[in-house]
Amino acid sequence: MGKRVGLEVSFAISEAAKLCRPDVIAAYPITPQTHIVEELARMVADGELDSEFIMVESEHSAMSACCGASAAGARTFTATASQGLALMHEVLFIASGLRLPVVMAVANRALSAPLSIWGDQSDIMAERDCGWIQVFAETGQESFDLTIQSFKWAEDERVLTPSIVNIDGFTLSHVIEPLFVESQEDIDSFLPPFNPKLKLDPENPVSIGPVGFPEIYTEIKKQQNEAILGAYPVILEVWEDFALKFGRKYSPVEKFMTEDAEIIINLAGSISGTAKVAVSKMRKSGKKVGLLTTRLWRPYPFNDIRDAVQNAKAVAVVDRCLSFGGPGGPMCSELRSALYPLEKKPLTIGFIAGLGGRDVTIEDFTQIVEIAERALSEGFEEEYFMIGVRE
Amino acid sequence: MTESNFDFIPRLIPPQEYFAEGNRGCQGCGEALAIRQFMKAAGPDTIVCSATGCVEIISSPYPQTAWRVPWIHVAFENAAAVASGVESAIKTLRNKKRYKQGRTTIIALAGDGGTADIGLQALSGAFERFHDFTYICTDNEAYMNTGIQRSSATPYGASTTTSPAGKESIGQVTNKKNLPMIVAAHEIPYLATCCPSFPMDLLRKAKIAFETEGPTYLHILTPCPTGWRFDSKLTVEMGRLAVETGVFPLYEIIDGKLKLNYFMEKRKPVLEYLRSQGRFRHLKEEDIKEIQKRVDDSFERLVRRSEAGVL
Repeated sequence: MGKRVGLEVSFAISEAAKLCRPDVIAAYPITPQTHIVEELARMVADGELDSEFIMVESEHSAMSACCGASAAGARTFTATASQGLALMHEVLFIASGLRLPVVMAVANRALSAPLSIWGDQSDIMAERDCGWIQVFAETGQESFDLTIQSFKWAEDERVLTPSIVNIDGFTLSHVIEPLFVESQEDIDSFLPPFNPKLKLDPENPVSIGPVGFPEIYTEIKKQQNEAILGAYPVILEVWEDFALKFGRKYSPVEKFMTEDAEIIINLAGSISGTAKVAVSKMRKSGKKVGLLTTRLWRPYPFNDIRDAVQNAKAVAVVDRCLSFGGPGGPMCSELRSALYPLEKKPLTIGFIAGLGGRDVTIEDFTQIVEIAERALSEGFEEEYFMIGVRE
Repeated sequence: MTESNFDFIPRLIPPQEYFAEGNRGCQGCGEALAIRQFMKAAGPDTIVCSATGCVEIISSPYPQTAWRVPWIHVAFENAAAVASGVESAIKTLRNKKRYKQGRTTIIALAGDGGTADIGLQALSGAFERFHDFTYICTDNEAYMNTGIQRSSATPYGASTTTSPAGKESIGQVTNKKNLPMIVAAHEIPYLATCCPSFPMDLLRKAKIAFETEGPTYLHILTPCPTGWRFDSKLTVEMGRLAVETGVFPLYEIIDGKLKLNYFMEKRKPVLEYLRSQGRFRHLKEEDIKEIQKRVDDSFERLVRRSEAGVL
């Protein structure tokens, strides 16, 4: 039986990782991820966690050590943020290409310059195409649950693809929330031990990471893509198992008052909480507004998104990331392209908000909906709108 | 050498090959030769973590592989970090009774670029953390795989495609980075320099490195006919000349004490070594004099340290 406790969300992630009995953890400290790895280091030092903790000299080496450990058959965990994730960039693609099911928590933070230790989602959006499964947590409970679930789908033989759990830096990572911490016994019965068929084993030598000449590279990349697309039903399976065992239900997207909504706000991460309050408020004043929170980002849940928004008049997509000189935020351009083939589709309007730790407030959401209403009645020329900018 | 020596010497070396014949190395590849030798010392209970580079390219064109032991390649600058992960995994899996092999020799393998330049940070980090593996640098003194660009291990005066000799330049204008001494500063239990032209010395050192607990390091000079521009049948000869001129001294450092392994009463003049390679063809008499002086100075320093038994 689990127990309900008040826990800082970073510690909840460490606790979740610990319950999954990782064999190797390799990490480098970076704000706002530090509490996660500090707590894991403490657990190892206190003998609560039987893992090799490699305190590497950089994030590049963190992900490289994770690759080596995972290839040797160890369950492997790491965590990072921002510049650290950017430094890992090269190795992220290799981990997914080598099909090594590493699990990583990312405490989402802005990218320099100017240097900012505060939250937004620019770091993970720059790694959008790295081939990892990616989910966004809204709450502490989700952060805890998604970490455990990630091991299960990443290590599934049908998937063998690494997985990232995104939590907003500070606004989620550093808050204390009441949440259920499940028992070791229950996690052990939910998550089978990691025992990959192919690994670095002198009994049965294999070569991992060869050169792929042009006559084979495309086929290998196609296989990799099929694996991550094939992760979708496995993820649903894991969520079903999890709901049966622990009673908490998960889905690729979460719908809040979207059924009859004319304007649907779409976003990911912890600002969803504020958005819900804003939507409820607007509903009270008679506006048909709803909220669609994207939980599964890779593989992209095309049909879940289409089904959720296609009867609305407009979707207001709020990105905490800006694609410079491009079409605005990455979540907006993906949603717009997912809707493009549909005959009847809502208007997609892009919003950029909450960069570098700027709060996204209830008033911001009210303004976003007002802009969407105006765009519906009067049309609009802007590619996207930036919200909360001081002029 | 008498004929009976030819019969006898091979019997001292294990006949098994763990680095397969038929790999895609250039004719006369010094690296392939070095790997063949140290893999004999390593044996089958070994895991190799390669950096990107010549070795990785010639040994792993999918779906072929030259490796008869488990092998992994992740990227260029991280062989030491990958080996850290492998070592940590095996350590914990063994404790948890999920790893059934014996001691398992773990090797991180990279070229001079992957060690002295882009991989130096990962190497230093892994040695500071004192992981139990052997890092082997096969040093052919430039980025050969990409077309002979200079590295920090390229010797003074060598012409490469990015340090070309020209009207205004001698070629490489800096001294070869003294990597073994940088490694020695990490106070690891064992490190050695070796060369496949001296196979018995290389095998002996590799065996010590693999058997010693904690991080160990082998710096192997691997002559490269393609990059150094010499006849591919002269690889072994070129390695001998490097050692006999004092350009590449053979030594080992055991628990902080340096010991020269190949001491010569009279070293051959560097001219013999330089004149036989196209990369030094442009050097003038005074350049060679200067190189001779630098080699003499550094060799004599080494002799003094060896005699004093210090680092």
